[in-house]
Amino acid sequence: MSRLSDHNVVVAKEIIARYPKKKSALIPLVHLSQQQNGYVTDDAMRHVAELLDVTPAEVYGTASFYEMFRFEPTGKYLINICGTMSCALMGGDDLMHHAEHTLGIRAGSTTSDGLITLQHAECQAACTEAPTLQVNYRHRYRVTPQAFDELVADLRAGVLDAEVPPHGTLGRTRQQIPADRAVGARHPDDVTEGPVWIPVSPA
Amino acid sequence: MSTFNESTDRVVSPYPWAPGYYPSDRPAIVTSRFQYEDGHTLERYLATGGYEGLRAALAKSPSEVADEVKNSTLLGRGGAGFPAGTKWGFTPQGVWPRYLVVNGDESEPGTYKDRLLMECDPHQLIEGCLIASYAAGLSQCFLYIRGEMPLAHERVATALNDAYAAGYIGTNILGTDFSVDIVLHYGAGAYVVGEETALIESLEGERGMPRLKPPYFPAAVGLYGQPTIVNNVETLANLPFIAKEGSAAYTAIGTPTSPGTRMIAVSGHVVRPGVYEIVNGSTTFRDLLYGDDFAQGIRDGNDLKAFVPGGGSAPWFTADQLDIPFEGPQAGAAGSMLGSGAVMVMDSTTDIPAAALTLVRFYAHESCGKCVPCREGGTWLYRLVQRIVDGHGTDADLETIRQVGESICPGDMPHASSERLGLDAVPFPYKMTTICFVGPSAYVPIHSALTLFPEEFEALVTKRAERRHIPVMAGVAE
Repeated sequence: MSRLSDHNVVVAKEIIARYPKKKSALIPLVHLSQQQNGYVTDDAMRHVAELLDVTPAEVYGTASFYEMFRFEPTGKYLINICGTMSCALMGGDDLMHHAEHTLGIRAGSTTSDGLITLQHAECQAACTEAPTLQVNYRHRYRVTPQAFDELVADLRAGVLDAEVPPHGTLGRTRQQIPADRAVGARHPDDVTEGPVWIPVSPA
Repeated sequence: MSTFNESTDRVVSPYPWAPGYYPSDRPAIVTSRFQYEDGHTLERYLATGGYEGLRAALAKSPSEVADEVKNSTLLGRGGAGFPAGTKWGFTPQGVWPRYLVVNGDESEPGTYKDRLLMECDPHQLIEGCLIASYAAGLSQCFLYIRGEMPLAHERVATALNDAYAAGYIGTNILGTDFSVDIVLHYGAGAYVVGEETALIESLEGERGMPRLKPPYFPAAVGLYGQPTIVNNVETLANLPFIAKEGSAAYTAIGTPTSPGTRMIAVSGHVVRPGVYEIVNGSTTFRDLLYGDDFAQGIRDGNDLKAFVPGGGSAPWFTADQLDIPFEGPQAGAAGSMLGSGAVMVMDSTTDIPAAALTLVRFYAHESCGKCVPCREGGTWLYRLVQRIVDGHGTDADLETIRQVGESICPGDMPHASSERLGLDAVPFPYKMTTICFVGPSAYVPIHSALTLFPEEFEALVTKRAERRHIPVMAGVAE
């Protein structure tokens, strides 16, 4: 059920072809499966393993290292509230407290309607705009409790659908390498000579 | 920790598409297109001198371009501050293929510059990648962007697609025999992947754990065991200027040992937190924290208590160090480092143990688990500091913190001087028992806080002598 769709298999094969070794496409493919299913399922990891000629354990072994991959059903919206220094100095902890109180859940859990998962997060590279949060990794800056309440109301009302795609979707524009412009990835063992634009130094 | 900041009078950047960025009259090398809302498009890039650096580079031989970069003394902007041209020179002769890996995994606490560069001017980064690939003979480039930055993904993907279509990337670039692919790659959330060998592991589809050293430089043995140049986004963004204007124009800005400009994010308790492109080497922390052109002083007229000069991993400075310029060796002699260009400011109202806790928690959380002193020690430090902040600590805990710290960083720990405490500075760097800097970084903030503000910890902990005896179990006779 949650294997990659036919369309995504085409995308996956395109991605794999860009790397000199297949396994490099592991993280991009797990992202692709998370975009399709909202979280990383066992079947999807088996499918990724088939596509990469590795074992499912290798896929899980790598994927489980990374925080963005979630292995259980996750809210349509994942709200990450930053608690690292700059945000903490500007009230990030209070914002988290407010969020837990308002949503009625503890950080790390999902609302009973399955809409919002709340998480404590570390530095989001927006330190001058503290305190910050991310909804499905889309930044919100200088977040006040009022702004948080408005955000949740907007998410519930569905008015942010254009701005915030469901959890798992990263950039909505994909890289496309046109076939007539692509240099192509060669296995490093198949390359023995330097690139043509580098003059061969005299022996 | 601090009460929620209710004041809404904080200044907001004039450019909503570049949050936190403020323009100035200073020379702008990498932020020159931030003033345009469409600075990320190919049209705007070409209309403002875009890809002219690449054309200038292609008119020269690769070694001439490499020499130009070497002469510019461009220092890496990722944290270590190593000269980029020298790094390229570490690639062994005659070993092919060679790769370029762009480190866009910006996640050092306080650092906010690479994301802006990717979102506001992605073509500048792409042009930098092309110039580096041409000069160092790199046949494929992997642009590794932190996973938690979808806007940067979209902007860079669009820029790559446009640049491929326009003939700036791919086969026979601009009609020459120079051909290179740039592959966009997303991370998935792991701070340690910012370490260059961990970045390579991650790009190979593995857990992002740093590799055992030696070999010390991926330039010798890197991606797939091949020579690999790993450069930071901001470092590469400087290359179009150097290629177009020449190294002399670059070294004319800044000081001889720290030329050019660099982007610094000032955050925390200042009037105007922001991202500033400063003149390298000569700008001082006082300029940056108090200058009208920069952060405009401490909020609410408060006094400065302490500041982190170079990202969460850097030992802290206090007002005693304000006149130190952005110059690596001087910051090092004073007991800290410039790191990744992140200054976090704490005013007089700051609860120092609680502030240190946020950083210790970060590094404990981000330990990859490969080295025992970091995996066990970082978590241990976090629990000890948490207990002290919660009011349950004892003076024995302070001693344990020092012992755990000693097992991660044996010997003298660098710290700043303090007139108030009569302390002399211990210069950077420290010794370490771990492969990478995540381990020591867990100890650095707590060590700085303990050294510079011991009274705040003393006030929180119970003294052993004052502690009540542990009650004897009922029924056990004395």
